[in-house]
Amino acid sequence: MNTADTEGDAAGDPLVRIRGLRKRFGDNEVLRGIDLDIAEGEVVCLIGPSGSGKSTLLRCVNLLEAPTEGTIAAAGHDMTGPDADLDAARTDIGMVFQHFNLFSHLSILDNVAIAQRRVRKTPRREAEAEARRRLAEVGIEGKETARPSQLSGGQQQRVAIARALAMNPRLMLFDEPTSALDPELVGEVLSVMKGLAAEGMTMLVVTHEMSFAREVADRVLFLDGGVIVESGTPAEVLTNPKTERARGFLHRVLHPVD
Amino acid sequence: MAAATESRMTPRQRRRLSRAIQYAVAAAVVIAIAALADWGRIADSFLQIDIAAAMFPAVWTAFWNTIVYTLLAFVFGMIAGVPIALMRVSTFGPYRWFAACYVEVFRGLPSLLVLFLVGFGVPQAFPGLQYPGGVYGQVAIGLGLTSSAYIAESVRAGIQAVPKGQVEAARSLGMSHTRTMITVVLPQALRIVIPPLTNELVMLTKDSSLVFVLGVTTATMELSKFARNELTSTANATPLLVGGLLYLLLTVPLSALARRLEKRGDTR
Repeated sequence: MNTADTEGDAAGDPLVRIRGLRKRFGDNEVLRGIDLDIAEGEVVCLIGPSGSGKSTLLRCVNLLEAPTEGTIAAAGHDMTGPDADLDAARTDIGMVFQHFNLFSHLSILDNVAIAQRRVRKTPRREAEAEARRRLAEVGIEGKETARPSQLSGGQQQRVAIARALAMNPRLMLFDEPTSALDPELVGEVLSVMKGLAAEGMTMLVVTHEMSFAREVADRVLFLDGGVIVESGTPAEVLTNPKTERARGFLHRVLHPVD
Repeated sequence: MAAATESRMTPRQRRRLSRAIQYAVAAAVVIAIAALADWGRIADSFLQIDIAAAMFPAVWTAFWNTIVYTLLAFVFGMIAGVPIALMRVSTFGPYRWFAACYVEVFRGLPSLLVLFLVGFGVPQAFPGLQYPGGVYGQVAIGLGLTSSAYIAESVRAGIQAVPKGQVEAARSLGMSHTRTMITVVLPQALRIVIPPLTNELVMLTKDSSLVFVLGVTTATMELSKFARNELTSTANATPLLVGGLLYLLLTVPLSALARRLEKRGDTR
């Protein structure tokens, strides 16, 4: 692990620290000043209407999206500093995508082992042993030689989680991990995520699964118009939202046909 | 009366009638050509079995050379074309500009002119320059330059057809830009471009017929030149037919392969 650019890594300091984050795409300002701390071991769910900037915020944490303004520190790395080594930092930050994005030309085992082998230069046998362990952890066994396209969406997403975990990250980012799944496959992915949270993984999750947020999140953030409108425990934000915007959003999500 | 008949026909009957008329016309054309052609003369010009037989086994050398020239040009085309494709999609401006110029120039020039340039122009400008492998080296470069421009464009299209999510996944795992290209993007891009590259191989097989302008010996002669020599010495067109069939022996299976690969690509 890279400790050279460690900043605020002492006990008690947050694992993610975002200050004054703004992101513009042309004339469209998607994030308008975000301040956010996430403590080690905390599970934070990001909810909000489409276009509110949830995914952009998540993608800024590992600099897949470069911020227009503001500073970000994550997993012990100063992400926005002039000397930031993003490739090294990203090995400590796992990411799971809405559309899985498994490498379609590689077998399931290679998908999970490839980053260890090519980035960490772990010997093949060792990387594959770790990959098998991670696959077992997410309940995928006997599929090592299959191609991603031969798996169900739920299985693919669990492999994608194993792929991220194989790098031993300190922080996991989930970008609507169940939004592309058939309804009956959502549960298997959420239960893997729940297990991960129970083991103490620090997680930032963009989601529309309110029951997951209620049950697993330590904190729920309601984002709208590029700012954090509400922040609090699931009970505070989901059950007794203070703002009209959050109330309206939750009502529309929970009662779509009213 | 015609209108009355038509209105009494069902759509299926009408389709059948139309089909029958087309067959009849096609048959009439074939019969007319068969009747009007001077078959004896055609057979004399193209189908002299003894002339065809006399081409063997010498023609195999030419056939083999055609394959060798094609493959040499293709290998050079890949070696030059893939890096050019990578430069085309580079974030570094000068690479992109150089690659764009390269592609425009070599795609815009006739293969024949490039071959002249490599075979005669360059040696004149750089006296003492020796191509490795003699005429084989000249062909690899002369045909390969043009081919590399087409290959570069195919590969570039392949790179751009790789979904953006693949790159994001690789980067999020800590792979550098270059590492991502090598490990994730290129392997997928090359799979996508196998069908167009197979077509490029077909084009090159035919372009290898231009090699004669470099001045070739019996040992380095390819199919077209060989057939033309035979045509001259026998004053008969049979060698062209034999040569043509030998080309088809190469290109038809390649085209069929390209079609199959394309189909397989669709179902993926």
